[in-house]
Amino acid sequence: MISKRFYEVLVGLFMIAGMLALFVLAFKVSNFSQYGNDNSFHVTAAFDNVGDLKVRAPVTVAGVRVGEVYKIDLDPKTFRANVTLLIDKNESALPDDTSAKILTAGLIGANYISLLPGYAENMLKEGSVITETQPALILENVIGQFIYHLDDKKKK
Amino acid sequence: MSYILKIQKLGQLGLEFCRHAGTSGVFLLQTIFRKPRLIRFMPLLIEQIYFVGVLSLIIIALSGLFIGMVMGLQGFNILQKFGAVAQLGQLVALSVARELGPVISALLFAGRAGSALTAEIGLMQTTEQVASMEMMAVDPLWRIIAPRFWAGIISMPILSIIFSAVAIFGGFIVGVEWLGVDAGQFWSNMQASVDFRLDIVNGIIKSVVFGFVCTWIAVYQGYYTVPTASGIGRATTKTVVYSSLATLGLDFVLTAMMLGGW
Repeated sequence: MISKRFYEVLVGLFMIAGMLALFVLAFKVSNFSQYGNDNSFHVTAAFDNVGDLKVRAPVTVAGVRVGEVYKIDLDPKTFRANVTLLIDKNESALPDDTSAKILTAGLIGANYISLLPGYAENMLKEGSVITETQPALILENVIGQFIYHLDDKKKK
Repeated sequence: MSYILKIQKLGQLGLEFCRHAGTSGVFLLQTIFRKPRLIRFMPLLIEQIYFVGVLSLIIIALSGLFIGMVMGLQGFNILQKFGAVAQLGQLVALSVARELGPVISALLFAGRAGSALTAEIGLMQTTEQVASMEMMAVDPLWRIIAPRFWAGIISMPILSIIFSAVAIFGGFIVGVEWLGVDAGQFWSNMQASVDFRLDIVNGIIKSVVFGFVCTWIAVYQGYYTVPTASGIGRATTKTVVYSSLATLGLDFVLTAMMLGGW
C-alpha cells in the first residue's frame, strides 16, 4: 500500500507540470492581444475597397507594428468599408492628417494597413477619422486595366 | 412469421438503445449531483487523479514528443518546396494546439485510462464488491464512480496542455536543431499567428469536453457491465471504441462551432 502522501505529492507535481505547460503555451507560443482598452485608442478610416483585409491584421508605421485592425463593416449609405483601427498610445503620437493605405505583405501575403504620418499640429485621438485613404490593390482589376490599355495601343 | 420476428427485433434494438441512453443520462446526473462531502472526498479524488492522470503522463508526453517531431519533419519537407520554411513554427503550433493536442491525447486517454477504469469497475461489479458496499450503506456512486469521473475531467485538460507543449518542443528540436530553421523566425512567426483565446483556450475547451465524454463512457460501461469475464472484456472494448468515436465526432462538431465564430 503506497502512502497517501506519495499520491498527494505526485498529483501536486502533475498539476504544477500542467500549469507550467499552460504558461509556455500562453507566453512562448501565443500572443495575448497586446492592444487592450487602456493603452490604445480607436481610429476609423473609410476605404473604397478593403480587399482581403482581416480583423487583427497589423497596422504599421514605416514597417513598425503600432496596432491592429479592430473591426471592419460596411457603411450602408456610402457603400464604403469602415475600418476601425486600434492603435497603441505608447507609440509616438500620429498627426491628424495621417493617411492610410492597404498593402500586401509579399506577393501572396496577407493584407495590412500602413499609416503615413502627415505634418499637422493636431494629433489623432480616440474616435478620430482618417480621411486620406488608399484602397487595396485588387490584382484582377490591375490586370484588367492593363489588357484594356494593351488593346487601345494596338488600335493606334 | 420469421419476418415479423425480425421486425420485432429491430424495434427491440431501438428500445434498447433508448434505454441505454436514458440510463447513462440518469447515471451521469446521479454522479454529478451528490452531496458534496468535500473533506472526505478529496483524498479519494487525489488517489484517482494519480491513477488516471499521473500514470498516463509518460505515454502522453512521449507521443507528444514524437508527433511534434514528425510534424516538424513533414512540415519542413512540404514548406521547403514553397520556400516558406520560416512558417514551420506556425504550422506545428497551430495544428497541435487546435487539433492534434486535444484529439490524440483524448484517444490515448481512452486507451490508457478509460479501459483501465472500465475493467476495474467491471471487476468490482463481477466480484460483487459494489453490492457489498451498498449492504454496508456506502453509496458506490459516491465512493467509486464520482472520484474517478471528476479525476478524468480534471486530468484530461492538463494532459492535453502538456501534450501540446511537448509536441511544440519536439517540432522545435527537429525543425531548428536538426534541419536548421532559424530559431528566431520559428518562434516569432509562431507567436504572431497563434492567438491565446482562439487557439489555445479553444483547444483546452475541447479537451475538457473530451475528458468529460471519455470518462463518462468508461465509468458507465464499467458500472453496467455484464458480470462475467467475457462481459468485462466486451465492456472494455466498447469503452475504447465508443470513446474514440465520440472524440472524433465531437471534435468535428466543436471545430465547426468554433470556426463558425462561436
